[in-house]
Amino acid sequence: MELKLILEAILFSAQKPLSLKEIRDVFAGAPEHAEGDERARRLKRVKEEEVRAALEELAREHEQAGRSFRLACVAGSWQFVTEPQYAPWLKALVGHKARPPRLSQPALETLAIIAYRQPVTRAEVEQVRGVAVDGVMQTLLERGLIEQAGRAEAAGRPMTYATTAGFLEYFGLPSLEELPAADELRRAPAPQPEGLATVDPGLATAPPEQLAAPAEGKEPEGEPSPGPG
Amino acid sequence: MGEYKVKFEVFEGPLDLLLYLIKKEEVDIYQVNLTRLAGQFIEHIETLRLLDLEVAGEFLVMAATLMYIKSRELLPVDQQARAEEDDDGLDPRWELIRQLVEYKKFKDAAAQLQALEARQENVFPRAPGRAEFAAAPPPRCEASIFDLVSAVSAVLQRFGRRGEADDIFEDKWTVSEKLEHLLRAMAEQPRMKFSELFAGAASRSEVVATFLALLELIRLKRVAAFQDEPFGEIVICRVEQPGALLA
Repeated sequence: MELKLILEAILFSAQKPLSLKEIRDVFAGAPEHAEGDERARRLKRVKEEEVRAALEELAREHEQAGRSFRLACVAGSWQFVTEPQYAPWLKALVGHKARPPRLSQPALETLAIIAYRQPVTRAEVEQVRGVAVDGVMQTLLERGLIEQAGRAEAAGRPMTYATTAGFLEYFGLPSLEELPAADELRRAPAPQPEGLATVDPGLATAPPEQLAAPAEGKEPEGEPSPGPG
Repeated sequence: MGEYKVKFEVFEGPLDLLLYLIKKEEVDIYQVNLTRLAGQFIEHIETLRLLDLEVAGEFLVMAATLMYIKSRELLPVDQQARAEEDDDGLDPRWELIRQLVEYKKFKDAAAQLQALEARQENVFPRAPGRAEFAAAPPPRCEASIFDLVSAVSAVLQRFGRRGEADDIFEDKWTVSEKLEHLLRAMAEQPRMKFSELFAGAASRSEVVATFLALLELIRLKRVAAFQDEPFGEIVICRVEQPGALLA
């Protein structure tokens, strides 16, 4: 398909990742350079959906062809990138990429909780980790990986947090849908009896109302109690 | 030893410690023997306190929870059945297991994110920016505070039962002295096994002083502790610092 090849040419020359909107702008601006080329005029108002579908197909083709580079979508923007196994040569060619130091374990865990459960309050995060997360949250905010997303509908209207586009770029993810094992981790924890705190007093501070998990009002599953009869 | 209070920030919490102990036992979370786990947890806290390290409140709360769970299991069976659910209708054993299972899931997710992070370092776009940082050092497994405490606990056992008398008389090593001693040792030998650090120790207090000095050096990033195999030998390495004076 012609559209695919044009997209390939555009992305081949692009100096930075391009969003669908930016790509459409390119198509909109092409006819004035076309000098009578019909194709440019025809494609001037190409739809976003068509572009996306063509890009996805193009990406699949490159991957199947087993080339040393592929078409990647990161945070919604598209770009050709090399495969990781060629890193030694690329590093020798361009020097190491400017990357901030790697994240610590506590930072990654906190980030994982926020990523899967967003929007989420600090207290909810602490409830899963079992420790205070102030320092780590500060680091994640400073690194631009999370941001304040709003306020929860609960007593005290606590701040909620969500991940940023920077988060997707940092991990090379096209979107939040592509988080590994998303279904399982997004799911609220095992059903809790209604209105009960799952947190021990003295650990993190969430009163039950702050927990985002929908109250399913069932008995907790556990060892069957040999009832007194 | 009171003059030098080592502040070692333990970012890991009680759930981390529990998962660490469970992993060490190589049992499935659902199969874990909570009574035994409670014992190990308390033991670990005791070692931390012996080393005069600050134990965060959350650990003490967890210790209390574990003791509570353990005590319920000591009840005669018929009483146990009635007490199966405590006042707010929750089975504390189930609560704890549930919390551990959920936390473990996120730990695994974090590991996957870490893999993605590493992968991104090797992926190059068409027009990469100028390199501003020096090459990242090859990643190695850093020993956690729990690993270090477990290791020193093993060393301390060489000195037999806790003799209060020893601690009073053998106070000739201060943490500051051990700090300098360690730095000098690392200047000559940049890589040492954890056990080698304590080879010449003659008393419990000397071991403790050495350990606290080690923790301080790690905190100051003068040395780093690595453990290539889980629960294996720990290696202490000097950290190269441009322009820094050693010892």
